[in-house]
Amino acid sequence: MPAAPSPSLPPALTAVPPPAPFAEPGAEPGRTIVDVRNLTLTYQAADHPVYALSDVSLSIAQGDFISLIGPSGCGKTTLMRVIADLEQPTGGTVLVNGMTPEQARLKRAYGYVFQAPALYPWRTVERNVTLPLEIMGIPRGERQTRAREQLERVGLAGFERKFPWQLSGGMQQRVSIARALAFNPDLLLMDEPFGALDEITRDHLNLQLTQLWRRTRKTCVFVTHSIAEAVFLSTRIVVMSPRPGRILDVIDCARDLPPERTLDIRESPEFQRIAHRVREGLMEGHSYDD
Amino acid sequence: MIGVASRQPRPAMAPGPLVALLAPLLPLGGVAGHSVGFVDSPVAVAGLVLLVGTLLLRRLAVGALSEAVILSVGVAAGYGATLRLLADGLAPDAGLWLLLLGATLLLGRVLRLLAEVSGPARHACPALFGLAILLLWEILTRGLQVPAILLPPPSAIAAAFATNAADLWDDFRQTVLISVLRGYLLGCGAGFAVAILADRVPFLARGLLPLGNLASAIPVVGVAPIMVMWFGFDWQSKAAVIVVMTFFPMLINTLAGLASAERIQLDLMRSYAAGYWRSLLLLRLPCALPFLFNGLKINSTLALIGAIVAEFFGTPVVGMGFRISTQVARMNLDVVWASITVAALTGSLLYGALALAERRVTAWHPSFRKR
Repeated sequence: MPAAPSPSLPPALTAVPPPAPFAEPGAEPGRTIVDVRNLTLTYQAADHPVYALSDVSLSIAQGDFISLIGPSGCGKTTLMRVIADLEQPTGGTVLVNGMTPEQARLKRAYGYVFQAPALYPWRTVERNVTLPLEIMGIPRGERQTRAREQLERVGLAGFERKFPWQLSGGMQQRVSIARALAFNPDLLLMDEPFGALDEITRDHLNLQLTQLWRRTRKTCVFVTHSIAEAVFLSTRIVVMSPRPGRILDVIDCARDLPPERTLDIRESPEFQRIAHRVREGLMEGHSYDD
Repeated sequence: MIGVASRQPRPAMAPGPLVALLAPLLPLGGVAGHSVGFVDSPVAVAGLVLLVGTLLLRRLAVGALSEAVILSVGVAAGYGATLRLLADGLAPDAGLWLLLLGATLLLGRVLRLLAEVSGPARHACPALFGLAILLLWEILTRGLQVPAILLPPPSAIAAAFATNAADLWDDFRQTVLISVLRGYLLGCGAGFAVAILADRVPFLARGLLPLGNLASAIPVVGVAPIMVMWFGFDWQSKAAVIVVMTFFPMLINTLAGLASAERIQLDLMRSYAAGYWRSLLLLRLPCALPFLFNGLKINSTLALIGAIVAEFFGTPVVGMGFRISTQVARMNLDVVWASITVAALTGSLLYGALALAERRVTAWHPSFRKR
């Protein structure tokens, strides 16, 4: 499909993602899923306090694909870990689906994809994907059906009986995405899932991910180092900077880029313009250093 | 297969085994005071001819394995002739020793060839090596007339084994099937259970670990008499010694294993809101398995040593340690050696079985996995 901005979209709708034709029933677009207010997280390092996050506010709506981008140490992973209740903030509030992160975690509100696949080597690919379902007490037959469905979705049908270490790095990361999708969470938190992969694999997975997102309209928060990846995938890009970790800029991509994206939109002027703005934001953050 | 093997260059052969050709020039040995020349003994001559003959025939070989088979006939001839002559009552002299030296050098060549063989025949090298040690032991103790009290020949040990089979079986049952098995299960089980507890109760782990270092330095000969006084002569005192010896290795290994799950894997469990027991069963125990097997393997040998040593300090007149201590006192060293053989075989079988189980259960671990 040719990559062109869709001028038919009314301006009022561009702040939130465009209406989702395939959205599941009950999922009202625009509803706030993650609400972060004045979030602060400091911890004491050996000789000085570290301001991992300083007064961060961010609101993520149903169906959004948000990328957090910034140099190392800007707190993007920390922010996501706070949302996932894997880290405790020192100040501010976070609400996930209107609950505290802990309540949301206990209700299994999100699927988390880590930097490394974190697959259990003693389980087959299929049993890795069924792991969350096992914990949630879903019966065996359904576990298997769902695992096969998700593995097929990430292009790994036929690998069910393999062990993770028999797969390439890209395939392992796809298994971990299938595992996060298996219990059908509304919110997907992805922490540099493709960071360790080569560029060709990465492009391929980016394309699969954007298609997956368009089909399911899950709310996604995506941490990345790569400008191209962020622009390609996101409806909004949150540019962050370190020391103290804070938000510099929030860039709306949904207005200028079509919801349906192919790899060649990366050549388009709109894409370049957004990428340029992200780069400038990152540079501004960096001038802070040294 | 043979075609492939023939293209493999085989290492050049050193002329060492040819020293056997000097043997006929020297006296073979003496029988009842009379000196016997090498050529007077048909057995010696036959052995030498076969040995040299296989050296010539080795050119027919197409690969390392077939050369090893041909040459091992020569080795067998050299060793066989020597054993036969010793059995006939010959007191050996330089000629026989040269024949043995030639055969042994040839054996070196055979082992070198077999070491490079793959497939099922790869077990031939260690098997032949072990057999050669037994044969040399037999020949040297007989030929040099080593007193049986210092080192009996293997044949005498085997004979003692056969005549004392009933006693040895009773000892095995008492020491291994009763004391070791119970003590081992108690010690490893307690170590594991306390480790699980200490993992939840940090002060236990912090308090017990220094004690573990202390316990590993405890001399078993010091603990054993105390345990015999506490728990009596029967298996209970042996099991107690074993528990003392095996508890801490198991505790330390289990704790290390439980701590070995990676942060990211634990975070994953947390993100699923998995509770303590679920994380333990689904993540931390599988992660700990390689460590658990380490503890079990170390303990399998420790347990056997503990039981045998403890039996020196009092048993109901049966048991491997009891047998060794009483037969040493009666100078029946062949029985002692037979007991040692039983203990060594038992220890290696236990260890081997555990290693095999480990291979099956933790086939996913990087040290075993195959693509």
